[in-house]
Amino acid sequence: MNFGLSETQQHVKDAAHEFFSKELPMADVRKLIERDTAFDAALWKKVAEQGYTGMIFPEAYDGVGLGPVEMAAVLEEMGRALVPGPFVSTVLLAGTLLDAAASDEQKKTYLAPICRGEMRATLALLERSASWDPSAVRMDAKAVGDCFELTGEKLFVGDAAVADFIIVAARDVLLVVPSKSPGLTLTATPGVDLTRRLYRVSFDRVKVSGGDLLAKGDRASTALARALDIAAAGLSAEMVGGMQQLLDLTVSYAKTRTQFGRTIGSFQAVQHRCVDLFALVEGARSAAYYAAWALGHDASAAPLAVSVAKAWASDAYREAGNSAIQVQGGMGFTWENDAHLYYRRAKGSELLCGDATFHRDRIGKTLR
Amino acid sequence: MDLTLTPTETAFRDALRAWIAANAPRDWEAGQLRASMQEHFAFLRRWQKTVYEAGWAGVSWPKAYGGRGATLMEQAVWTEEMARAGAPPLANTLGLAIIGPTIIHFGTDAQKKRYLANILSGDEIWCQGFSEPNAGSDLAGLRTRSELRGDRYIVNGQKIWTSYGWVADWCALLTRSDARSQKHAGLTYILVDMKSPGIEVRPLRQMTGESEFTEVFFHDVEVPAANVLGPQGEGWKVALGTLAHERATLGVLFQVQTRRQLDRLIEIWKERGEPGADISRQKIAQAYVENEVLRLNHLRAISSIMRKGAPGPEGSILKIGWSEANQRFQALAQEILGDYGQLAAGSDLAFDNGAFAYSYLRSRGNTIEAGTSEIQRNIVGQHVLGLPKSY
Repeated sequence: MNFGLSETQQHVKDAAHEFFSKELPMADVRKLIERDTAFDAALWKKVAEQGYTGMIFPEAYDGVGLGPVEMAAVLEEMGRALVPGPFVSTVLLAGTLLDAAASDEQKKTYLAPICRGEMRATLALLERSASWDPSAVRMDAKAVGDCFELTGEKLFVGDAAVADFIIVAARDVLLVVPSKSPGLTLTATPGVDLTRRLYRVSFDRVKVSGGDLLAKGDRASTALARALDIAAAGLSAEMVGGMQQLLDLTVSYAKTRTQFGRTIGSFQAVQHRCVDLFALVEGARSAAYYAAWALGHDASAAPLAVSVAKAWASDAYREAGNSAIQVQGGMGFTWENDAHLYYRRAKGSELLCGDATFHRDRIGKTLR
Repeated sequence: MDLTLTPTETAFRDALRAWIAANAPRDWEAGQLRASMQEHFAFLRRWQKTVYEAGWAGVSWPKAYGGRGATLMEQAVWTEEMARAGAPPLANTLGLAIIGPTIIHFGTDAQKKRYLANILSGDEIWCQGFSEPNAGSDLAGLRTRSELRGDRYIVNGQKIWTSYGWVADWCALLTRSDARSQKHAGLTYILVDMKSPGIEVRPLRQMTGESEFTEVFFHDVEVPAANVLGPQGEGWKVALGTLAHERATLGVLFQVQTRRQLDRLIEIWKERGEPGADISRQKIAQAYVENEVLRLNHLRAISSIMRKGAPGPEGSILKIGWSEANQRFQALAQEILGDYGQLAAGSDLAFDNGAFAYSYLRSRGNTIEAGTSEIQRNIVGQHVLGLPKSY
């Protein structure tokens, strides 16, 4: 047993660190989040050239064919750099769903362009009930001859404005719906996180061709469960990176800020808060990498491992943000300080793919 | 990264599992809760002997000294398997977990030959003389004197909170050998025969009602100079030398113990079908999450020691982690059990003969013993995060 990154995995992580430090300094993140979509096509192209968009997908569809642990290593660095845009929506949600459910033909049409960085996509799952449990889906896909017709609305759909297509989870079926389909409208529903934008997607008798049916019945629900687990694990790793950055910012401030003639990091009230933040990060790291590993190697342990990781990360990232801002005092509360950007991201990430309450519920039901 | 057991680790686990199944006493816990501390200890000592004779004690110790030469990961597997099967713990806790490894690391060949096998067999029980009435968290302020006269040390002073002092044959004693020295300098680690004239042991009764620990007084106690472990004056280094390793492997024991109790609590919770199930489910799941994260932090630390010789940053938070998680868990168990949780050994209404009530009280000490949470946070703050000293 060896719970540590291999040399190759560490190399992947170091390369990602170097890439994002160079390509996306915080000043650029700040420019990006001023845009309605938080999206930059040039950056996306570079990210794809690095192989990140196709990292966990088969080489047959222009992917790289690496596993969830390598993906977690890259995501940790992306979280640290606070990379805005549709990576989670496109790769972790839509991409993994296509990988799990699509036919060879569909993968060529939809997954391969994602890998190559030519298309972006998202998943439309949540409705008014705001539940990440797929069994809460109520929207029907009406069969009309060979086709389907969708009417209703999906909420909290990430990055829909820059998605070329949307995978819609309707009752019993998963459908690929091109974003430009007649009858489909997007309304921005601005949230706290400025790096990942949310939308309401309304469907008014939107026609979907039979060829865009990804899966139905058990196959659809199995694929959805698998994709959501991969996304939650990947997201947890991304959250680790964000927490690490908050820890580093906080500790560095505590080492330099002076009050009462001493650096504030020498006060136990401050120092111990930093230690607690550190413990949250390390716990999140252990849990996130274990979940990623289990997804690739121990399918029976994976769902529980994923829920442990996401439950911990959801609470921990928020708490890390609290500490980072508290320790930096008034400076931490300003717009210029980066802490709030992570604090906002923490809130969005906490909810995305199910919050701690959702995952604890899942754990509790497994244990009972 | 590979979290499956290697073929060697699997073979190790399977052999151990088979041995435990054939040899570990069953249903011993309820009976032992009624036994006196002395009777209970004698029981654990017999069990350790059985384990030793079968070659399963001190598995990660070198073969030359009676161990199995197993890896730290296998040591962790051992701990987990023993605890999971509900086997009794071994009697010589400190000798096995801390003092033996310290002797392996710093001892002379003669010392290794003299002490190690008896630690493994349980023929000689060890205690550790570190804390003093005026040197608790500020351990380096200790004042127990060891004065070298000819071929022996003369020891004077007092130790406190000495676990197993009442039953120990030997004491790993941290002393001040240089009267003019201060703090970490001038300390010497010596091995003291507890039967030496001039040693007086007084029990200290703790809030659970037991007297696990003691005060130990030293009046002109003579200790052969050959009993110094490591160089004279470098006792601090010796005392802390193997701490990180032991924290990592011993912590697994505490994590698995809490996990077993959590499993038991879930069983009771299911049987009783409480109202407020959603809230209970949330809290039980949180306890599971914390226990899993603890398990994974330990595995990471052990892997890191095996690869690099030292745990990574995660190793520094293991003690804070298990102690505080266990306290939260015990509070939760009390909450789930409601009025039944408070019932102690001897009550026919108590679950598991009052084990939860006992653990609730005992866990209170977890954030104090072996370095308080506050001191642990100082250490992590300074040595891992690089923050300035706070005192």
